Amino acid sequence: MIVLLGVLVVVVGFATKRNALLVVGVAGIVTGLLGGLSPQEVLAAFGTGFASSRAVTIFAITLPVIGLLERYGLQEQARRLIARFAKLTTGRFLALYLGMRQIGAAVGLTHVFGHAQTVRPLAVPMAEGAAERKHGRLTDKGREKVRSFSASADNVGLFFGEDVFLAVGSILLITSFVNTTYNTHLEPLHLALWAIPSALCAFAVHGWRLLRLDRYLERELVAANIEPVAEGAAK
Amino acid sequence: MIKAEWFYWLVGLSFLVMASQMLTDRSNPKRFGTTAFWGLLGAGFIYSSWVVEKKAPAEPLGAAVLVMVLLAGFGFTGRGTPRTTTPEQREASALKLGNKLFVPALAIPVVALLCAVLVKKLSIGGEPILQEGSETILGLGIGAVVALVVGMIMLREKRISVPVQAGRSMLESMGWAMLLPQLLATLGTIFQLSGVGTQVGKLATSVLPEDSLYVAVVVYCIGMALFTVIMGNAFAAFPVMTAAVGWPVLIEHFHGDAPAVLAIGMLAGFCGTLVTPMAANFNIVPSALLELKDQYGPIKAQLPTAGVLLGCNIVVMALFAF
Repeated sequence: MIVLLGVLVVVVGFATKRNALLVVGVAGIVTGLLGGLSPQEVLAAFGTGFASSRAVTIFAITLPVIGLLERYGLQEQARRLIARFAKLTTGRFLALYLGMRQIGAAVGLTHVFGHAQTVRPLAVPMAEGAAERKHGRLTDKGREKVRSFSASADNVGLFFGEDVFLAVGSILLITSFVNTTYNTHLEPLHLALWAIPSALCAFAVHGWRLLRLDRYLERELVAANIEPVAEGAAK
Repeated sequence: MIKAEWFYWLVGLSFLVMASQMLTDRSNPKRFGTTAFWGLLGAGFIYSSWVVEKKAPAEPLGAAVLVMVLLAGFGFTGRGTPRTTTPEQREASALKLGNKLFVPALAIPVVALLCAVLVKKLSIGGEPILQEGSETILGLGIGAVVALVVGMIMLREKRISVPVQAGRSMLESMGWAMLLPQLLATLGTIFQLSGVGTQVGKLATSVLPEDSLYVAVVVYCIGMALFTVIMGNAFAAFPVMTAAVGWPVLIEHFHGDAPAVLAIGMLAGFCGTLVTPMAANFNIVPSALLELKDQYGPIKAQLPTAGVLLGCNIVVMALFAF
């Protein structure tokens, strides 16, 4: 049971906001030593672990070409493409964003969208703009809600899209772990196919919740904006 | 035959080239630490080939990994000012090139898929063109090289240093976080070696009634989600829960379809990622980025979805994997 202390190291490390690499490194050393490995065996475990999980990092091979395309305006073009759909309600726009994020991740473009490069500069202004066009000025509460759901659309889309792309880290992690540990042979393609049912569920569930956001905004904002509307009518 | 190791060497080599560029980049205040980090990573990628074949000891590589952890953990890595185009230039170029820009980007997944499905079956003189069992990795590597060639021709870019510099500044901006998935996978292996999986398995079987397939499915999926909440990453939870329940109980005992069980198990873990502050880059960083008053706003928005999806994964696994 004492080896479970390694899990505790991870929990405490992340809870106290230490550097994640450091936390994982320390947890590995502690768990290895508690599990009865000699210091030399712990070193060897780090070495073989690194060597057999290289597949997870091989996506770095795509960085030069993505970087080159970004120099020539890949993100700007992605923005222009989304901007064509600007005349939507907040919920519909975010559901569309969810779908595009999922499809993008499913064909391997996990870095085309993202919180820093797309959600903040693009998705949030468009989602807020749609709400204000329809219902008038946003309340602080409504603004928080729209922004939280914008972030959630990106996360859900990424998580439940990327596993459909067979060369993504998690699929490669499953095959490299299982193939080395249990001496078997799994095909990444079969794993990717089994990610499709969950991807469809994720789009249905979160998409529906994003569409419901419109109703929430209607209730919240109509109530908050009733006064200015009545004033306007009196003039 | 095209071998997977060649692409690991290519990745290792490009890390080494980028590390040498970092060494001369005076705009990076921490250029020596940064160079050491990426240089070790590149060298480790190449050295790993012999470790995998058991022709070289793994201990030096383990030591190098720990040095990388120390360099990153104590803030010795940084980033320089990237040499790139101005926003106006990019805007003008996007206007000129339009959707053509997506062609090289889409070439990567298309080539990867073609290799995994079609080229895999081809052979010359009885020898397969692609190394058996590594078709996916090779597909990604070949796709990236093809995309780079197509992109450079399309953009009339003659200098190979331009994409290498661009790739380097993307590496620097991702920083040590890029090593994290690989290190979490390593942690999973160490947990496995030290018997954490067995311990969790003992705990699980003590509460698991024998011969109850559906309870075992529920325990595996919920266990994946819970462990992911604790560890902040499904990559670290996966080896533990798979060694504890997934492989011995669901696949060996109940003869589940391995790809289905494992793929859906991983997605059950992702439901945990949606609700944990430990997954800071997805859940806490965006609230800072979007200037939210409630830093748990995204988690609250994701919580009901995560709950329903965990249920969906359990149902899909129970219905289709056995």
